[in-house]
Amino acid sequence: MLRFIAKRGIALVIILFCVVTLTFFLIHLMPGGPFDRERKLPANIEKQLLVKYKLDGPLLEQYFNYLGDLLHGDLRLSTKYRNRSVNEILGESLPVSGILGGIAFCIASGGGIFLGAMAAARQHTWIDRTAMLAALLAISLPSFVIGPLLVLIFAINLQILPVGGWGSLKGLILPSVTLAAPYTAYIARLTRASMLEVLTQDYIRTARAKGLSEDRVIYKHALRVAILPVVSFLGPLAANLLTGSIVVESIFSIPGAGGFFVNSVLNRDGFLLAGVVIVYCALLVLFNLAVDILYGFLDRRISLYD
Amino acid sequence: MTEPRSPWLKLRKNPAAVVSAIVLACMALAAILGPMLAPDGAGEVTRNSFLPPSSQHLFGTDLNGRDLLYRVLLGARISLLVGVIGASISFVVGIIYGMIAGYLGGRVDSVMMRLVDVLYSIPRLIFLLVLISALDPLLRRQMEMQGLQEFVGYSKIILLIVSLGFTEWLTMARIIRGQVLSLKSQQFVLAARSIGQNHTNIILRHLLPNLVGVALVYLTLTVPAVVLDESFLSFLGTGIQAPLASWGLLLSDAAQVINPVKGYWWLLVFPAIAMSLTLVALNFLGDGLRDAFDPRQRK
Repeated sequence: MLRFIAKRGIALVIILFCVVTLTFFLIHLMPGGPFDRERKLPANIEKQLLVKYKLDGPLLEQYFNYLGDLLHGDLRLSTKYRNRSVNEILGESLPVSGILGGIAFCIASGGGIFLGAMAAARQHTWIDRTAMLAALLAISLPSFVIGPLLVLIFAINLQILPVGGWGSLKGLILPSVTLAAPYTAYIARLTRASMLEVLTQDYIRTARAKGLSEDRVIYKHALRVAILPVVSFLGPLAANLLTGSIVVESIFSIPGAGGFFVNSVLNRDGFLLAGVVIVYCALLVLFNLAVDILYGFLDRRISLYD
Repeated sequence: MTEPRSPWLKLRKNPAAVVSAIVLACMALAAILGPMLAPDGAGEVTRNSFLPPSSQHLFGTDLNGRDLLYRVLLGARISLLVGVIGASISFVVGIIYGMIAGYLGGRVDSVMMRLVDVLYSIPRLIFLLVLISALDPLLRRQMEMQGLQEFVGYSKIILLIVSLGFTEWLTMARIIRGQVLSLKSQQFVLAARSIGQNHTNIILRHLLPNLVGVALVYLTLTVPAVVLDESFLSFLGTGIQAPLASWGLLLSDAAQVINPVKGYWWLLVFPAIAMSLTLVALNFLGDGLRDAFDPRQRK
C-alpha cells in the first residue's frame, strides 16, 4: 500500500510539473501585457511594475523563479487585483466553490446511486422508464439551460427560493441541484447498467434462495458490487464539478473561484490564472489518488501492490 | 419475439432511435437550407429590438433586432458543424490510440492507458479556455501574414473544432482498446497470424472492420458532448463570437438580458429547445445504436 501511494505521489509531482510548465508558457503566448491600458504607461513606471510583479528578465529565468516561488507555496501577486496575492484570493473564493462542489458531489453520487439501483430493481416498469428518460434529459441539457429554468420556476414563479447570491442555506439549493443534475443522471445510468449485470449472477440467486428480502438482496448484496464502476467515475466527477461550477457560479452570481478564473483569462492576469489551474489540478490528482485507494478497499480482488 | 439478427434491423425496431434519426435529419436540413431560404436582411441589425414572437418574426427578435429564428438556424449550422467535425477528429485519434495500445499490449499498453487516466482527471475545459485564448491571436496573425484574410474571422471556430477534437478522444480510446484486447485473442486473428499475415494486414483487414460498429456508437455519443463543450466555451465568452452564432452564444446572450422584470423568455426558450432537442435525439440515437451494436449489451 505504501509503495503504491509513493509511486502515485511521484506521478503526482510529474503531472503537476507538466501542468505548471504548460500553463506558464501558454500564458506567456497570450498577446498583450497585463498592464496594457487605453493610455500607455510611462516607460519607467511600467518597468517598476514589471519588477514588482517579477515579470522582468529573460523568460527562462522568470520560469525558474516562478517554480521556486511555487515550491514555497507562493502563488505570487495578482496583476489585476493590485496588491492582493493569489493565495489570498483563492483562500477566500475556493472554500465557496468547495462547499458548492461538495454538496453537488453528495447529491450526484448519493442520488445517482439510489435512483439507478431503484430503476434496476424495477426494470421494465414505468418507474424505470421515467427515471431513465429524466436521466437522458438531464444529461442532454446544459447547466445554463437547467439553471435559468429552475430560477424561472422556483424563484420567480413560486418564489420559494432566492434567485442567486451567497450566504443562506436556501440559496445553496438551486445552484447545487443545477450543478449536480447531469452527473446524478450519469451515475444513475451507470449504476442501473452495472446493477442489471450483477443481478444475473449466481450469488444473488443464492441470496434470494436463502429467503432474504428483495430490498436486502439489492441494497446490501448487489449494490456492493454494482457500485464499483461508480467509484471509478468519482475522480472524473470531481473534475467535471469543478469545471461545471464555473458556469453555475456565474448564473447564480456566487463568489467562488470560477469567476476569478474566467476574469483572469479576460484580464490576462497570468499568475491568478496559473494559480487557479495549478490548484485545481493538484486537488484533482489528490482526489483521484484517494478514489483509487478507496477502490482497493471496496474491491479486494484489486490489488494495489502491483 | 425473436431478436432480429442484423443490428440495423434491431435499430429500426427501436422507436426512440427512429424518431431521433428523423428529428436529426430535419434539424440538419433546416440548418443547411434555412439560412439560404431566409429573406434578405434577416440577420441584419435593425432597430426592432426584443420584439416578441409574431407572424413576422416567428421566434421574435434579439437585442440587436435580428430575427431569432434566423439566428437559431445559423447557430444550428455552427453548433452541428463543430460537433460533427470535432467528434470525427476524436474518432480518428481515439481509434488509432486505442488500437495501438490494445494491439501492442503489455508495458506499452499500461503506459498509454495510464496517460489516458491522467488526462481524464485534468479539467480539460479549463485548459481549453486557456489554450484557445492564447492561440487565437497567434493563428489570426499567421493567417494575415499568409494572405488568408477571408479566413481570419473563422480562426476561433477552427481552433475550437481542433482542440475539442483532440481532447474528446479519451472514452473512444478506452472502448477501442478494450475491444481490440478481446478481439485479438479470438481464433480468426490467431488464424490470420498463423498463415503469416503481417500486423498491418491484421489490423486493417481483421480488427478494424470489427471495431466500426462500436466506434460508430461512441461517435454518435461524442457529438452531443462536443456540442455541449462548445456551448460551455461560448457561454464563457471564449467560443464563437457575433456576428456568427452558436446555440451556446445565443443562450449566453439570453442569460445576460433575461431577468424577472423584463421577461424576454423567447430569447432563452427557442435556442434551448433547438439545442436540447438535438442533444436528446443524438443521445437517444447513440443509445439505440449501442443496444444494437455493442456486443456486451447483447443478452
